[in-house]
Amino acid sequence: MSIEQLGITVLWSFLYGYLIVASIDFGAGFYAYYSRISGLESVIAPVISRYLSPVWEVTNVFLVFFFVGIVGFFPETAYYYGTALLIPGSIALVLLTIRGSFYAFANYGAKHNSFYLLAYGATGLLIPASLSTVFTISEGGFLSVQGNRVVLLLEELFYSAYSWAVVLLAMSSVLFISSTFLTYYAARANDARALEQMRRFALWGGIPTIISSLFVFIALRNHNLEHFRRTLDVWWMFGLSLVSFAIAVWLIWRRKSYGVAFVMVMLQFAFAFFGYGISHLPYLLYPYLTVYGGATNPAMGRALVVAFVAGFVLLVPSLILLLRLFLFNARYVRGELS
Amino acid sequence: MATVDWSRGLTEMTLAFHILFATVGVGIPVFISLAEWMGIRKKDAHYSLMARRWARGFVITVAVGVVTGTCIGLQLSLLWPEFMRLAGNVIGLPLFMETFAFFFEAIFLGIYLYTWNRFSNPYIHWLLTLPILIGSSGSALFITTVNAFMNTPQGFTLENGRLTHIDPLAAMFNPAAPSKVAHVLSSAYLTAAFLLAMIAAFAMLRGRMDDYYRKSIRLNMTAGLLLAALTIGIGDMSARFLAQEQPEKLAAAEWHFDTGSRAPLLIGGQVDPETQEVTGALEIPWALSLLATHRSDGVVAGLNEFPKDEWPPLYVHYLFDAMVVIGFYLLAVPVLFVALLRLKRRHAYNRWMLAAILAGGPLSLLAIELGWFYAEVGRQPWILRGYMRVSDAATTNPHVSVTFWLFAGLYAVLGIVCLFVLVRLFRNKPAELELQTRRIIL
Repeated sequence: MSIEQLGITVLWSFLYGYLIVASIDFGAGFYAYYSRISGLESVIAPVISRYLSPVWEVTNVFLVFFFVGIVGFFPETAYYYGTALLIPGSIALVLLTIRGSFYAFANYGAKHNSFYLLAYGATGLLIPASLSTVFTISEGGFLSVQGNRVVLLLEELFYSAYSWAVVLLAMSSVLFISSTFLTYYAARANDARALEQMRRFALWGGIPTIISSLFVFIALRNHNLEHFRRTLDVWWMFGLSLVSFAIAVWLIWRRKSYGVAFVMVMLQFAFAFFGYGISHLPYLLYPYLTVYGGATNPAMGRALVVAFVAGFVLLVPSLILLLRLFLFNARYVRGELS
Repeated sequence: MATVDWSRGLTEMTLAFHILFATVGVGIPVFISLAEWMGIRKKDAHYSLMARRWARGFVITVAVGVVTGTCIGLQLSLLWPEFMRLAGNVIGLPLFMETFAFFFEAIFLGIYLYTWNRFSNPYIHWLLTLPILIGSSGSALFITTVNAFMNTPQGFTLENGRLTHIDPLAAMFNPAAPSKVAHVLSSAYLTAAFLLAMIAAFAMLRGRMDDYYRKSIRLNMTAGLLLAALTIGIGDMSARFLAQEQPEKLAAAEWHFDTGSRAPLLIGGQVDPETQEVTGALEIPWALSLLATHRSDGVVAGLNEFPKDEWPPLYVHYLFDAMVVIGFYLLAVPVLFVALLRLKRRHAYNRWMLAAILAGGPLSLLAIELGWFYAEVGRQPWILRGYMRVSDAATTNPHVSVTFWLFAGLYAVLGIVCLFVLVRLFRNKPAELELQTRRIIL
């Protein structure tokens, strides 16, 4: 494996990690707000709060890790995406900032302030929508490069079917991933009412997820035929994704092993996400930037890989400890430990 | 205003806002750890309660620090794409490591906050403060080496616009790194000591007399004494570094135009940039030579050695002076306090002393701002000293002014709400009340 491939694999894996943990977090914010306005707060809120409280800060770091890593491994991305994404990037940042800080204010400061919770819940759907436009832009056709200037064609982006299909997929995935996880968490907490509620969200959430992913494929075919052809080369990954999805929904439908069901959802998104990623290569930004043209020098590449391995050795045991204390500790999940 | 000015304005605003929370985020964990350890060691519930209360306020400032740190991290690429394209190749390593350190801290902070009653051995919970401390100070260390690199870049060769001979470690351990890192860390710890003492002093001035507050002030001022002395010592080290490696920055701060020995130190005053005449300044003979070289006849390079278009703005003089004055104030307060404590115990907590401690909180934050503005403005016109000017690094996107106002609104809301939440947190739950509910009666 060349250093470019290694770099992009590592970064893509982190982005996948962010996709999962952030979706849980974003969706939970939405459900928390929904449960307050629909009077179900006492049912769902404790489950959500017990999961989110210790891990919210970790979620954010996955994202920071990704964009610092991509500038490190592929400095050219800073130039192209940095110039083009000023406005959408700033909007995403403002939303992330509001979300992170208002979560802390609501959770540690004023527990019963509905406005803080609204800020938290609404941003949970808007952030994935705004972040997902980066994927859209990477398909090409939305940037014009004239000499030293990179310009984002906002109008093209706004009227593109592909762009909206991706936004739809991002938002429905967030709700689906989150609800399947919270179903599992509620089951572990032996909280029958919360379980029922989250299970219903999970079953309904599956439908738009699958429909919008079909949309994405169709729109991609119209937008970037070359990429669409390459996705067909790895058709089996998308097939496995669909199988995992079917198993997950079936398990939740039959009220069986919610844990396995959530693992299946993770696999569903892993296959689809990596299938998408592999077929996207070698382009980082179609057609201007590839992993080979945009990579950093070998000396820095090696240093980053060494730093990454060392960091990984440090982080994995810490993450396992975090999960054991809060996710896999039945007494904590049931709310018996403070 | 041109795009580059808006970009500078937005970066300045984000950093000025972020640095307050970042400094608190680096400094406070040290004191949480210290207080929890003393509480276990001395079996004194007051100190344990301090750790709990500080941690509760800390997590709110950390949240704001995290999100604004995310902002500046991404804004570097959004506003200075040309710089990141070049710098990413050379200084990407510590940027990358900073996120690891921060990741490490985030994980253990999550664990720490929710496991107060989990372990039967209290030292296990205390041990969790160590990775938090290592993570927060570590991320400060890594990110400061990046800033140091902008001042004294090395570890690469630029040939016809192409980078060759790249050495990431040499870039990271550049000449500015040691003094900068040391100054950033010690001043963050010092600021934390004053902010925590400020809260206790405020409570005592409002008539709360519990021993809890006295212990808090005593702990923080004792630490503050050591840290202020350390910070000033390291400041001296920084001045010597500047004289050797970045003389134009020191010369601009001191309005020192002509190279010469026995250079005087100027405090305050006014300068005429055309005639280079200084009026109304307090002049301490030989002091600049002493500061820069530790010898009274040492030669200090003047600004006239450098082309005029490479001069930093001359107003950095005031930033530098104000920072140094506050530095000495922050030393004087704990010296006086500890002296009073030693001589006549009961007078140490008098109103004047408490007011002086109270003022130390905002002043220490002000000194952090002044120091960073001096560090950044003093590097102008360079973004990468000697290689790339700020004006060549900015984005070509014409919409920066929109984002400037967007973020201005965001920081205003965030600053106000954060202050409001913090004040409420400490006011609605005074320490006495918590001592009662936790049945600590001493």
